[in-house]
Amino acid sequence: MSRLILSRRHLIRAGAVGAGGLLLSGCDKLFENRTFRETLESAEDLHQATQRTLGRDALAREFSRADMSPMFRANGSREVADAVYQRHLQQDFAQWSLRVDGLVERPLDLPLSMLKGFRQRTQITRHDCVEGWSAIGQWTGPQLGPLLDLARLKPEANYIVFHCADLYNGRPYYESIDLVDAFHPQTILAWAMNGKPLEQAHGAPLRLRVERQLGYKHAKFVTRVEAVASLDGIYGGKGGYWEDNGAYAWYAGI
Amino acid sequence: MSTPEGHGNSARGGDLVKRHRLSTRVWHWINAVTLLVMLMSGLMIFNAHPRLYWGEYGANYDPAWLKISSARAGGREFGYLQIANTRFETTGVLGLWEDPEGRTQRRAFPHWATIPSRYSLAGARIWHLAFAWVLAGGLALYLAWSLLNGHLRRDIHITRREWKLAHIWNDIKQHARLRFPTGVAALRYNVLQKLSYAGVLFVLLPLIILTGLAMSPGTDAWLPLATQIFGGRQSARSVHFICAFLLVLFFLVHIVMVMLAGPFNEVRSMITGRYRLPPEKADAPEKQP
Repeated sequence: MSRLILSRRHLIRAGAVGAGGLLLSGCDKLFENRTFRETLESAEDLHQATQRTLGRDALAREFSRADMSPMFRANGSREVADAVYQRHLQQDFAQWSLRVDGLVERPLDLPLSMLKGFRQRTQITRHDCVEGWSAIGQWTGPQLGPLLDLARLKPEANYIVFHCADLYNGRPYYESIDLVDAFHPQTILAWAMNGKPLEQAHGAPLRLRVERQLGYKHAKFVTRVEAVASLDGIYGGKGGYWEDNGAYAWYAGI
Repeated sequence: MSTPEGHGNSARGGDLVKRHRLSTRVWHWINAVTLLVMLMSGLMIFNAHPRLYWGEYGANYDPAWLKISSARAGGREFGYLQIANTRFETTGVLGLWEDPEGRTQRRAFPHWATIPSRYSLAGARIWHLAFAWVLAGGLALYLAWSLLNGHLRRDIHITRREWKLAHIWNDIKQHARLRFPTGVAALRYNVLQKLSYAGVLFVLLPLIILTGLAMSPGTDAWLPLATQIFGGRQSARSVHFICAFLLVLFFLVHIVMVMLAGPFNEVRSMITGRYRLPPEKADAPEKQP
């Protein structure tokens, strides 16, 4: 009897030490296991489904001028090396236009002056970076939905891809959202921030605002909006620069 | 913990009795693993921006109430933790440490405290946000089940008598003298135990889940109250971190108490459910196994 208890005691102790060791040093190994990692990553689908069920049309909170950050931190690419972009920047984007194409009936080239002529939306919202910091700023621009309506999306279009002028670590930055977010009233292509035309550091001439998601979804230096059926085959195929190059979630509402 | 109903009052010191229900045991161990993963992946997420603020916004230009970083003074580099305006040097542990390859790293929390061990915000988020479902789902199921089977009412509920300051003070004195109850009395949680378990079950865990939700921009849209009750997203992030710290404190005290009360008996009772009653002082010897 006492021998049994001793062996059980040893077992428990060995189990505890083993479990601790496995957890501390084995987590990295476990994470390399494809099935395990895919299981963890599948929580992203659960997040998206939950958020869509509970708040598909919910509006992100909007703030007053008094709530705004004194300084809005610029992140990611702060300048664009591309010569064509730099020429447009020097001309205050007077000759620049946004391309809307892909799965649309009527591809568009919209000059900045025309984008400013659409009905504008101004919103003071909180920008939440995946790293953990937040900044509150004011954004102005046309809603994306009416632009897509003007271009007339084909029925097979499922995603909107935003192509950007900048390279990040030598690779083109891009992002994508689905149609729920594309037609959300707060999804705008902002050309102004805090009452002034966007600075280069914040993504001039156009920055996507997709308010219910994290900062990396808010593509800067947007030059082309493309409607697609699937994200496969576009750059790395995962729907965005950080999704392709850093294992970040495509659905970034969490 | 189950009350010694099945054994009536006939159980005595030295007897092996049934103590923890299966639901308690299963949840305890799932939760132990989950909380460790949540803590270590959370520390890695913190490493991406090792500063805490109060209010709705907060970034590098804004004043942080807590910060972990590194600096140079007189040619020497050191790591530090800064709370309000007080700096504590933490070289080797926080802010400046060496990785297993001997390279100097300037991240807040060291490799042995984080999941993954190498810097990866994306990897840590995958761990953290998947296990968050286990934590929240497990707590919800456990609380619902414990309400139904009477565990909360019988074992955690603090009676009016126990709320009396004199009673609590007496319990504190017993703890300070390391005097633990013996015999069947050891089956009942004392008021300090009840307070700590209730604090974890009804305050810390719900609060850490709610502040986690409050940080999600998606949730903030359909449940703005979750963020607003904390005074903003960055306040919620601070409270999230404080709750994690308090849970670590609970864990440390918990481990110390298990060690003092007899680790084998305690761990066995949480695995098999069987617990050997500590012998009463008078008739102990012949009841020893």
